[in-house]
Amino acid sequence: MALTDLTAEQAIAAIGAGQISATDLVTAHLARAERDDWHSFLAIDSEGALARAREIDAMPERPPLAGVPIAIKDALSTRDLPTTAGSKILEGFRPIYTATCVARLEQAGAVVIGKTNMDEFAMGSSCENSAFGPSLNPWDATRVPGGSSGGSASAVAARQVPWSLGSDTGGSIRQPAALCGIVGLKPTYGAVSRYGLIAFASSLDQVGPFARTVRDAALLLQRMVGRDPMDATSLDWPEPIALPNAERLDGVRVGVIEELMGEGIEPGVRAACQAALEHVRALGGTLVPIELPHAHYGLATYYLIAPAECSANLARFDGIRYGHRSADAENLLEHYERTRGEGFGAEVKRRIMLGTFALSAGYYDAYYGQAQRVRTLIIEDFAEAFRQVDVVASPTSPSVAFPLGERTDDPLSMYLSDVCTIPVSLAGLPSISIPCGLSDGLPVGLQLAAPAFGENRLLSVAHALEAAIGFRDRPAGFGE
Amino acid sequence: MSPSKWEAVIGIEIHAQLLTRTKMFCGCALSFGDPPNTHTCPVCLAHPGALPVANREAIRLAIIAGHALGCEIAERSVFARKNYFYPDLPKAYQISQYDEPICGPGRFRYLTEHGEKALGITRAHLEEDAAKLIHLGGEGRRADAEGSVVDFNRGGTPLLEIVTEPELHDGADAAVFLKQLRQTLVHLRITDGSMEQGSMRADANISIRLAGASALGTKTELKNMNSFTFLERGITAEIERQIAVVESGGVVTQETLHYEPTTGQITSLRSKEEAHDYRYFPEPDLVPVVPDRAWVDELCGGLPELPVDRRARWIHDFGLTFEDAEVLSEPAQLGDYFEQVAALAPPKSAANWVRGDVRALLRERGQEPWDSEVTPSALAEIIGLVDAREVSLPSAKAVLARVIDHGGEPRAIVTELGLGAIQDEAALIALVDGLIAENPVQAQQLRDGKDKLVGFFVGQAMKATQGRADPARIGDLVRERVAVG
Repeated sequence: MALTDLTAEQAIAAIGAGQISATDLVTAHLARAERDDWHSFLAIDSEGALARAREIDAMPERPPLAGVPIAIKDALSTRDLPTTAGSKILEGFRPIYTATCVARLEQAGAVVIGKTNMDEFAMGSSCENSAFGPSLNPWDATRVPGGSSGGSASAVAARQVPWSLGSDTGGSIRQPAALCGIVGLKPTYGAVSRYGLIAFASSLDQVGPFARTVRDAALLLQRMVGRDPMDATSLDWPEPIALPNAERLDGVRVGVIEELMGEGIEPGVRAACQAALEHVRALGGTLVPIELPHAHYGLATYYLIAPAECSANLARFDGIRYGHRSADAENLLEHYERTRGEGFGAEVKRRIMLGTFALSAGYYDAYYGQAQRVRTLIIEDFAEAFRQVDVVASPTSPSVAFPLGERTDDPLSMYLSDVCTIPVSLAGLPSISIPCGLSDGLPVGLQLAAPAFGENRLLSVAHALEAAIGFRDRPAGFGE
Repeated sequence: MSPSKWEAVIGIEIHAQLLTRTKMFCGCALSFGDPPNTHTCPVCLAHPGALPVANREAIRLAIIAGHALGCEIAERSVFARKNYFYPDLPKAYQISQYDEPICGPGRFRYLTEHGEKALGITRAHLEEDAAKLIHLGGEGRRADAEGSVVDFNRGGTPLLEIVTEPELHDGADAAVFLKQLRQTLVHLRITDGSMEQGSMRADANISIRLAGASALGTKTELKNMNSFTFLERGITAEIERQIAVVESGGVVTQETLHYEPTTGQITSLRSKEEAHDYRYFPEPDLVPVVPDRAWVDELCGGLPELPVDRRARWIHDFGLTFEDAEVLSEPAQLGDYFEQVAALAPPKSAANWVRGDVRALLRERGQEPWDSEVTPSALAEIIGLVDAREVSLPSAKAVLARVIDHGGEPRAIVTELGLGAIQDEAALIALVDGLIAENPVQAQQLRDGKDKLVGFFVGQAMKATQGRADPARIGDLVRERVAVG
């Protein structure tokens, strides 16, 4: 088997057994990353990665992640490594500090090989809003990998790394995981420190792993969770993240979200999800139809809260201290207008304007205030559902990977890509997408969500289903 | 102008820098006068991905301040973002508090010559200071500057903003209130209160209305009064300006004004139309402040006596005047020193000595009482010697000067220098008789009823005894002996 086909868990075992070295592993992945047919990467640090791998190989006792390479979404601050968040306004920017979650993984022995492509400031569902051109879907290079963490998903699907980090605000880990046929996990809000994550919408953003197995995702999450004194919204973690090994689902009640199985979901996607859910019964669990009466308001709610927060979060990009600065401003107002006018792309501008409007005097209560009230109703819907079931399930994305350019002229159709993931995000719940089959030869993702702090339960159910589903398909040309 | 026809209505907003070790939302040290941009980090420079974490010490100080202001301490308060673009505001929003401040309504008690007053406090909330923008070239103003640079050392300094109800009516009132507010905050070590260095700043909201009217007039906001004198003068000037505007048939427009202390000029900074829409919303990067009740009770219960209560006690229990209390209460160490003397000597005498000769002699030498050789017990001893008539007042001052310069025990100094009051009645009579004999003309004038001349003889007696006689006793003797003679 090629080194790039190893799961992280297998690679760690092989390194531990002395069969391969971290340097071998990093070298093999770097070769694929540097070729980058899918434009997964915005920056690659070959030299640094190899140096770090050699260092780890020379250690008398290897760190737990043993030098396994990882790719990091460009929304995460990495000291001295270019960090742009997919925006022209940060082109050439090299941070002076490293995000807490990345530092924790490096501490545990993960080797960062590069930064991955994304929709500008994580705003988008196709990676096409990257100022540096989209990433491509390894299953079909004429299609999008999803977004906003498109590069992190394509890198894992294309075996450029066994795992990567993304960030998820309304679905930006789960949706690209689904479209690229891999596992993507968004932890409970507050589980992973956001310190160093370039903010899109602070009350929704969470960092999480992409991997090719549920156990790899768990392995990475283990090293990331827990309170960080630099992030006031991070939480003390109640129990360690366990590596899931359940094979059965005896007594487990899986709620099927009725509202997300019907209209607006592609038939092929629905069929694959329904087939996957049949395994629940076979494994001893039960399927319970559940209702989330306010789920339909999720998208509207999200598109008030997230733009409102982003309008303030992105105000710091003013060309005064770092980043792009317009060359020909005559005065301060022109400096702001030109710097930001030149630096930001169309979707970012659209959301800043939406958010600025939603927060304006006289409109706040009708828009932002109302959205917060509806958010509370959605949280209560989930709380009610979790009185009846242990996890809830739905498709991750209403469609499979769509062709490049198909939705770029119609923002609303793009926004609808996240209709299934957004309600879960608004409720701050842990959620995972696992591949559950193909539709028209393209992967379909099944979304599972659990109550807050329910990561272990979520991983356990996902692992059992993953094994039962037995998804073995790979993109063409990645043959086993 | 007919000032009596008009009533001014004034509210004050105070910004006080808190005496924390570090900034409001990051670990950078607070500094004043350090080289530019030496106390910065990703958080206070607003680098991508950096997050704020609230300073617990700032919350502690705000709770103490709130208690001293007579405010309710909120069980839950929330930080909010106040959005506007400016180069001294790196995030392009200031983290402040909006509809849920840490300190709710209350009344601040303070003393005036006419007794205790209480001014309504609307709220007090925590926020961060902006950085310092420096304009290069030209006159140092933005309009004619060749360029501007930013020093982020000050950016993120914790501030407590205190807002009063519009219950003041003239500049003098406002100055008395602000002085005592400042004193309270300084005594509790909440701020250093330096108005020159800008660690305490005051703005005034001013409107006028016909005396007796209940509706408020259109207000203006007067900024940049960096001393009590300027506050008083600025407010007075703005009230006069508004009255002049209205009496000449105009209307006051809502605007923000700048008071220039050197010229007394008031100029407009911006009108209502130019006012920002700050688009406040709850800061999602911070969790609400929900201080533990027991902690709040412990903080508020463990406070030293407030200046207002201390002053009132001095006036009521010690018989001090308002002015005595005012002088002795500032700075706090002087008040502490006075209290120590007053515990060992009659308080009114202690007050006279401390605010009089002790301060005067020490000031000449650039010393403060609490750091000087004049310990409270030494001063109390001097007061005791005077009260027992063992030394005359002039001799006592000589003893005090000696203690200041060389230390030592007052009673021993009296003996050493032979400054003891002449107690020998026969000797004093002989002295007075001698002076009467030597000055027959003055003696006759005194007999003729020119009582002022007692002073002449007392002066001669003091000169003759080098101040060791008791002037009052000499006076009595002069009257007695002149009559006899």
